[in-house]
Amino acid sequence: MNNTLWLGVIGTSVIAYALKLAGHSVPEKFLSHPLIKRINLLIPIALLSALVAVQSVTTKSAIVFDHRLAGLGAAILALFFKAPFPVVVLSAAITSAGFYNFL
Amino acid sequence: MSRVSSPTFRDSLSVSFTVGAYGVAFGAAAVANGFSIVQSCLLSLLTFSGASQFAVIGVIGAGGSAISGIATASLLGFRNGLYGVLMAPILKVRGFKRLIAAHITIDESTGVSLSQEARGPEAMREGFWLTGFGVFIFWNLFTLAGALGAKAMGDPSAWGLDAAVPAAFLGLVWPRLKSSTDKTLAIVAALFAIATTPFLPAGLPIIGTAVIAVAAGLRVKK
Repeated sequence: MNNTLWLGVIGTSVIAYALKLAGHSVPEKFLSHPLIKRINLLIPIALLSALVAVQSVTTKSAIVFDHRLAGLGAAILALFFKAPFPVVVLSAAITSAGFYNFL
Repeated sequence: MSRVSSPTFRDSLSVSFTVGAYGVAFGAAAVANGFSIVQSCLLSLLTFSGASQFAVIGVIGAGGSAISGIATASLLGFRNGLYGVLMAPILKVRGFKRLIAAHITIDESTGVSLSQEARGPEAMREGFWLTGFGVFIFWNLFTLAGALGAKAMGDPSAWGLDAAVPAAFLGLVWPRLKSSTDKTLAIVAALFAIATTPFLPAGLPIIGTAVIAVAAGLRVKK
């Protein structure tokens, strides 16, 4: 497990930097192709949405509905009212902690 | 950077502090997902790209392999490469300065720089450097604070940390959902990830959604 963590830290960092540096080095016309640009906007949406889902309602390989879902509901409500990012995260944490500790 | 124009400076500083403060959420989430304080801080220092950092701790924390964590994080880091393409002709730096510029090429430095366009290329360069360094400093300080805080807390669930992580992801993705394609993709990706979690090895349900994104990109021709 600890090796996995270190590998994750180092591998992510090396590739993250390589991608940044590559951008400063490649000819503009390659990456500014409209299709590449469009997909580049869509990939984060898919990955982040999947992360929201997996982190909210799964534990290991099981689907679990628990206090986290209440927290997520609070976050959605906060975003709906255009709350700033820290408020979104805090309202999720407080709501979830409330369900976890008192229900 | 001899003459720092004050509106650019103000823009850079306010973005740096606000965004840097999210570092608390990252530091706390990293520790809650089993990463040590040193590992959490190294991710902020070396990866220095919020969404990628959250992704790698999220995937590995959920039991995914290092490879799937790195792959997910790297797909999210791809956009920094595109920012580099945009920034290189504006910054016009070589050698060591270019190596530094690359490291601080992120959403915020690029965003502030591009927003200074009306003030001229000098302001665009100032905006990039000030915001890049500003976010770097605050992001790393707040990561350390969050990691230390989470370590002191004990059971992450009792403090709502396990819900703070998905909420943070939601906060990152929400402003990106503009067109109906975006919204549909978000819902399809979420449902796909949940539905495949019982069957696929951890991490794959997340990376797999990149394929859905590519398909959506190919389909929407305009």
